[in-house]
Amino acid sequence: MAQVMMKDLNKKYDEVHAVKDVNLHIRDKEFIVLVGPSGCGKSTTLRMVAGLEEITAGEITIGDRVVNDLPPKDRDIAMVFQNYALYPHMTVYDNMAFGLKMRKFPKVEIQKRVQDAAEILGIQELLKRKPRQLSGGQRQRVAVGRAIVRHPQVFLFDEPLSNLDAKLRVQMRVELKRLHERLETTAIYVTHDQVEAMTLGDRVVVMKDGWIQQVGEPLELYGKPANKFVAGFIGSPAMNFVDVKVADANGALWAETQGLRVKVPPIHTSRLVPYKGQQVTLGVRPEDLQLASGSDPSEYVFDAVVDVVEPLGSEILLDLRAGNSTIVARVEPTVRLKVHEKTRLALTPDRAHFFDLKTELAI
Amino acid sequence: MLIERTWKRWVYFYIPLTVFVVGTLFPFYWMLITAIRPDAELYRSWRAATNTPFWTLQPTLEHFRDLMAKTTFPQWLWNTFFIAVASTAISLFCGLLAGYALARLRFPMAGALGTSIFVTYLVPPTLLFIPLANIIRTFQLGDTPWALILTYPTFLIPFCTWLLMGYFKTIPKELEECARIDGATRFGAMLRIIFPIAVPGILSAGIFAFTLSWNEFIYALVFLSSPEKKTVPVGVVSELIRGDIYFWGQLMAGALLGSIPVALVYSFFVEYYVTGLTGSVKG
Repeated sequence: MAQVMMKDLNKKYDEVHAVKDVNLHIRDKEFIVLVGPSGCGKSTTLRMVAGLEEITAGEITIGDRVVNDLPPKDRDIAMVFQNYALYPHMTVYDNMAFGLKMRKFPKVEIQKRVQDAAEILGIQELLKRKPRQLSGGQRQRVAVGRAIVRHPQVFLFDEPLSNLDAKLRVQMRVELKRLHERLETTAIYVTHDQVEAMTLGDRVVVMKDGWIQQVGEPLELYGKPANKFVAGFIGSPAMNFVDVKVADANGALWAETQGLRVKVPPIHTSRLVPYKGQQVTLGVRPEDLQLASGSDPSEYVFDAVVDVVEPLGSEILLDLRAGNSTIVARVEPTVRLKVHEKTRLALTPDRAHFFDLKTELAI
Repeated sequence: MLIERTWKRWVYFYIPLTVFVVGTLFPFYWMLITAIRPDAELYRSWRAATNTPFWTLQPTLEHFRDLMAKTTFPQWLWNTFFIAVASTAISLFCGLLAGYALARLRFPMAGALGTSIFVTYLVPPTLLFIPLANIIRTFQLGDTPWALILTYPTFLIPFCTWLLMGYFKTIPKELEECARIDGATRFGAMLRIIFPIAVPGILSAGIFAFTLSWNEFIYALVFLSSPEKKTVPVGVVSELIRGDIYFWGQLMAGALLGSIPVALVYSFFVEYYVTGLTGSVKG
């Protein structure tokens, strides 16, 4: 149990600058998720915490110790890998006991800890098997078991669920969350799956091209993305982006582009005044668009034509065309609309986002 | 349909395979038959009425007795064995460490080093033995087993290094990363995790190195001269062919006894050998 601090962390390979000036304070017992597209530096960051990659510049502290020059074995961490990395020539028991044996724990203690971990994960009857006799889910459980028997200060997870099929992934996700609540150990979890990030993380770190884009609680990232990348990355289907011009008419600001004209919601007005006459990006999440009814204020309503209908059961995704822009709306499953049909959409005013066209930062 | 398939199986599979197996095994059969054929049958005219070239009716162990009594064959066998085991051990040790380093460690010039190790393997022994002979003489190792034990690694180490490097590369690196986090040093992870997993690769490198040194001819011919210090391949040829006289029976008996250890080694480890050359563990 410990906090982890990263200070001005940098990693350079010969040509590539993989991690750039990462500053992060991970609190004790926190479950933090690093998420981003492949090549964003999230795995490299994790591997630097593990000691598997050298740190080019900066400092990592686990607990109160600076670990920059400590070998992995002295950092008091445990790691779970994407491909499980179970030792194929050892039984499940020996796999789980390996770390304790290396640390010269007494045999009785090893036995007790392995049994406890096996019980927590429900793998008691697998202890005598070899890894190749296990299914993917069972292997992942053993890999997690091998990490928890050590009672480390920090757990590191490197895309641990990516090799599992979709159904098992959801199940293991819940188990990991439950496990973390039970063990109360600091955990750093790397994934490219934003759903995993949102559901597991106490806080989520979004990375891109080696930079941290935003750090925050899942709903904070979702509701108040710091920039266009975070807005587009978190949430599925992704946020709709439309480049619009800010215009002044009738004493109010309007966001307009060909075939689409909506009023700038009051909460954004003051911040958008400097952009008068300029282009900005309007971002609206699919669920913040509804089919317009008579009661919707007309300044937030616009025309659209249905392109594709994707019924998902609990909801319907509509791909629509408004002027030159393609827009996805998430609507009630009772909606009956056909392809090429004309309709009117209303946006929820206080849930709209605006981004600077050049810096892509939220306005 | 079914008939046509059986027919095709015979033409494309069984017949070519049979031809291949017979063709490969026939020299061994010939060796065996000649070794147990009495001299009277060996040296009679090919056109003699009683000639039976493919079998013999009076098998004898006389050639084996002569081989043991009249030559230093047991000594050759021991020399060959000792030299093969020692040079294999040296080459495996170096090959394991070098192969691991080339497969796993990032250091400057690693690629160039790997290539140059491989290039040394390509230098033909028929060229290399000239400078090597000079070195052997300088160190006064001529006519001792060490002349061979120390020169065989010149081609065995590159071979073992490359075979093992390829094998190590097929083992996921997460395994040893995990071991290092679990509390092992890099060297400990190599010994406890990577080497046990690489056993098939290590065995096939070892078998191959053993066979290569067991059968090696040219260095043994050049560097050894006393009859009692020779290895089987050289001893049989140099001591049992005198001038233009071939002692066929003893020659073949010697060749037969000389190939048995190699055949035994292969048959014991054939499964490891195949996995060693085709890839490693899953999961």
